[in-house]
Amino acid sequence: MDNHLVTLAVLVALLPLAGALIAGLFGKKIGRRATHGVTIALVGGSFFLSCYLFAAIVLLGHPPIDAVLYHWVTTGAYQFNVAILLDHLSVTMLFVVSFVSFMVHIYTIGYMADDPGYERFFSYVSLFTFAMLILVLANNFLLLFFGWEGVGLVSYLLIGFWFKRDAAVDGGLKAFIANRVGDVGFVLAIAAVLAYFNSLDYHTVFAQVPTVLGKTMTLFPHVQVSVITVICVLLFIGAMAKSAQIPLHVWLPESMEGPTPISALIHAATMVTAGIYMVARMSPLFEYSPAALSLVLILGATTCLLMGFLAVVQQDIKRVIAYSTISQLGYMAVALGASAYDVAIFHLITHAFFKALLFLAAGSVIIALHHEQDMRKMGGLAPYMPITYLTFGIGALALAAIPPFAGFYSKEAIIEAVHFSTTPGAHYAYLCVLAGAFVTPLYIFRAFFLTFHGKKHYQGEVYESPWVVLFPLIALAIPSMMAGGMLIRPLLFATPRLLGASIFVLPQHDVLAAWALDFKGAETMALHASQTTAFWLAVMGVATAWIFNMARPEWTDHLKTRFAMLYRILIAKYGFDEFNQKVFVQGTRRLGEFFYKVCDLIIIDGVFVNGSGKFIRIFAQMSRHLQTGYIYHYALAMLLGLVILLGWFVLGF
Amino acid sequence: MISLSDFLIVAAILFGIGVAGIIINRKNIIVLLMSIELMLLAVNTNFIAFSYFLGNNVGQLFVFFILTVAAAEAAIGLAIMMVLFRKSGTIEVNKLDLLKG
Amino acid sequence: MTILQIIFYIFSAIAILSALFVVASKNPVRGALSLVLTFFAMAGVWLLLHAEFLALILVLVYVGAVMTLFLFVVMMLRVNVLSAREGFVRYLPFALLLAFMIVALTIVAIGPKQFGLTSMPAPAAEAVGYNNLADLGMVLYTHYAYPFEISAVLLLTAIVAAISLTHRKASRRKNQIVSQQIAVKRADRVKLIDMPFAKKPGESS
Repeated sequence: MDNHLVTLAVLVALLPLAGALIAGLFGKKIGRRATHGVTIALVGGSFFLSCYLFAAIVLLGHPPIDAVLYHWVTTGAYQFNVAILLDHLSVTMLFVVSFVSFMVHIYTIGYMADDPGYERFFSYVSLFTFAMLILVLANNFLLLFFGWEGVGLVSYLLIGFWFKRDAAVDGGLKAFIANRVGDVGFVLAIAAVLAYFNSLDYHTVFAQVPTVLGKTMTLFPHVQVSVITVICVLLFIGAMAKSAQIPLHVWLPESMEGPTPISALIHAATMVTAGIYMVARMSPLFEYSPAALSLVLILGATTCLLMGFLAVVQQDIKRVIAYSTISQLGYMAVALGASAYDVAIFHLITHAFFKALLFLAAGSVIIALHHEQDMRKMGGLAPYMPITYLTFGIGALALAAIPPFAGFYSKEAIIEAVHFSTTPGAHYAYLCVLAGAFVTPLYIFRAFFLTFHGKKHYQGEVYESPWVVLFPLIALAIPSMMAGGMLIRPLLFATPRLLGASIFVLPQHDVLAAWALDFKGAETMALHASQTTAFWLAVMGVATAWIFNMARPEWTDHLKTRFAMLYRILIAKYGFDEFNQKVFVQGTRRLGEFFYKVCDLIIIDGVFVNGSGKFIRIFAQMSRHLQTGYIYHYALAMLLGLVILLGWFVLGF
Repeated sequence: MISLSDFLIVAAILFGIGVAGIIINRKNIIVLLMSIELMLLAVNTNFIAFSYFLGNNVGQLFVFFILTVAAAEAAIGLAIMMVLFRKSGTIEVNKLDLLKG
Repeated sequence: MTILQIIFYIFSAIAILSALFVVASKNPVRGALSLVLTFFAMAGVWLLLHAEFLALILVLVYVGAVMTLFLFVVMMLRVNVLSAREGFVRYLPFALLLAFMIVALTIVAIGPKQFGLTSMPAPAAEAVGYNNLADLGMVLYTHYAYPFEISAVLLLTAIVAAISLTHRKASRRKNQIVSQQIAVKRADRVKLIDMPFAKKPGESS
């Protein structure tokens, strides 16, 4: 039975790879239909196998499997393998990733119908699926890092898919470089793990945590830091870049230059959640480092609120959803920081569904309007695109945490978890997430109203998108409605929880246990929503959006002029991009110039290389005057030497 | 009685005169060669003085050979000077600076 | 002050003075002749040192052959006497100082303290039938035969070198070189040129 499941797991990962290779190498030869047919079939196969694995491990209770597929390197005391881990967390993630990927593959048939790079796109998307599945299946840090880098690479390829556009190329580079910055932290964390635990396998590392607990390392002279804290902080730096937390969030808005399907797949549902997944996976480590948990909590809360504000002032529909993604990732980070890892994964799952839905619906609007993305040029599209309108609405309601949609349960769970948490910074985080509960509906319903209601500004015919586009929308709308209510009890309150032993929580941090006392079931929670602050904040958010965009749009302009300074700050995205440009980009360039002009040209070339030549020449010019050519001068010199020697020997100097 | 040091002092003085002749002379190569002869003479005197006082006739024998070699060297030096004079038309030492750096 | 000492001082004084004159003379002929005098005086000193053979050889060979050679060369070169003397003065003090230093240091090294009569006593007189020449000969042709032969070769080399350096091709004689005469070709002697007729004035072709 074990080998059976291992083989299936390997197939889950390798089928998309095969699809990628076929589409990439033979795409042009076999034509469009065959390409999309092959890749969708393979990814679909991967999805069904993931369902089977989920059923086997979670529903039927098969014990987790650690399987080594290939001994890669044995060096000294260290052994690095290609190995997979099948436990509750990984099969849950497998299910989510393969489902969204499958939907996106189908959607792409319609979205990229008139694009010359059709086959290349399918190849990249399948390749991405492969890398993400490896990341999820990995049982050691090394393979995790392989998947991590793989998704980063394919994200770069996909953002810059339309490589003839400068903005797309720049966006891809920005994403890759920002991720690289985070990877520095990640690699340092892996090195620290290897140094202190002597192994990179999750199993071995987690088992040894109690022995490493008391150890400290000297980061700076006279400053001792706990090893676990250092490792966790470095890991989170990697997660910060991948999951777009402040300050490494700057790449995600530019990543919207890529086609909408990949915005849905990568930058909503899967790649950006890799960081959250990784921290949840490392819960045995994070639990022992209160400093790291506080850091995660505070950064997550700040990201959630500040990015929410930015989403309110965007004009491009995809940017609104992008900032929304960053904000929701902040929510997940807050849940992680409050030691409610299950809640974070819960929100990850529901967010994957409704955010992918929102992106794909936005994409549907975009292709209907022939790649028009500015919301000011949209409006009044509801009668023309009913299904898109409906699904977008469902996604918006889920995002805004209106019961009984999925987002309500997960967001409510986060708010409660933070409420009960005792991690330092929890109070601040609570305020942030509550404020976010108001801002989130504000921006998403602003987008909703601007796009689908009001006067139609677009000149031209608008038709509903083809069924290949609509089918994924419907398929994603269903979990957006149901998943929350269905999953909340098994994930959070069942014993054992759905994620079981994959997550480790220290008893003193167990906020869910504290909340469980109040929990009476999903339906009760929905019915009693009117008793929570968050619900009313959400309703107020929707109402505010309606007022400012539908009823009294002139109030929006009024606000813009009254709070011009604030508006400018928001438009400038708090100056992160300018800061990065000035300090890091230009700073690095100036440093390079300094090294070139001063160190290289002046010091090395001028002083050492040319200077030694010049010195020899000057010295030779001076000393050539000793060679007068006159014999008596030479004789004089000899005699002088003779006298000196004689004097030395005779007189005993 | 004449002591060894008297002879050696005389030889030293002759040597010094020869050295001075080399340095201060700059108008005549022939004077240069003659100064060399003076130095050789002084050295020979040294040898013979030591030979006498030490009772060993090896010193005298060495002088025999020095005389031979000095004669050969003077001959060749003069021949070279002849050729030099033919080529450059002058024997003034301070005009001969072809090896100037 | 024994008679030998007086003789020694006289001869030494003559030698030193004439050596000074060698160096300081404007006229190279006078310088050469002073050098001859120096050699004569030193030959006398060598006789005081019981080196009869070498004193005689000094006079016969050195003065007789080498200095004669010097005089030949000096007279052959027809040196312009007037051009001597300029530039004499500038380095003179420094050079004299150096030479003086050398002499002084040497004298300090070899002074009466080291080599006076107490440390180096005068040797006993030789036996009655002592012949300096025979004594030298006994050693020269037996123990030092090899250097003797080499010095002979050295002299040969000097001869060859001197001759080959100064030998000039006799340029005014017109010898016949028969081999070149026979090897002449027609092309070296005769060249036919095609020329148009020269027209006389008034004549047409």
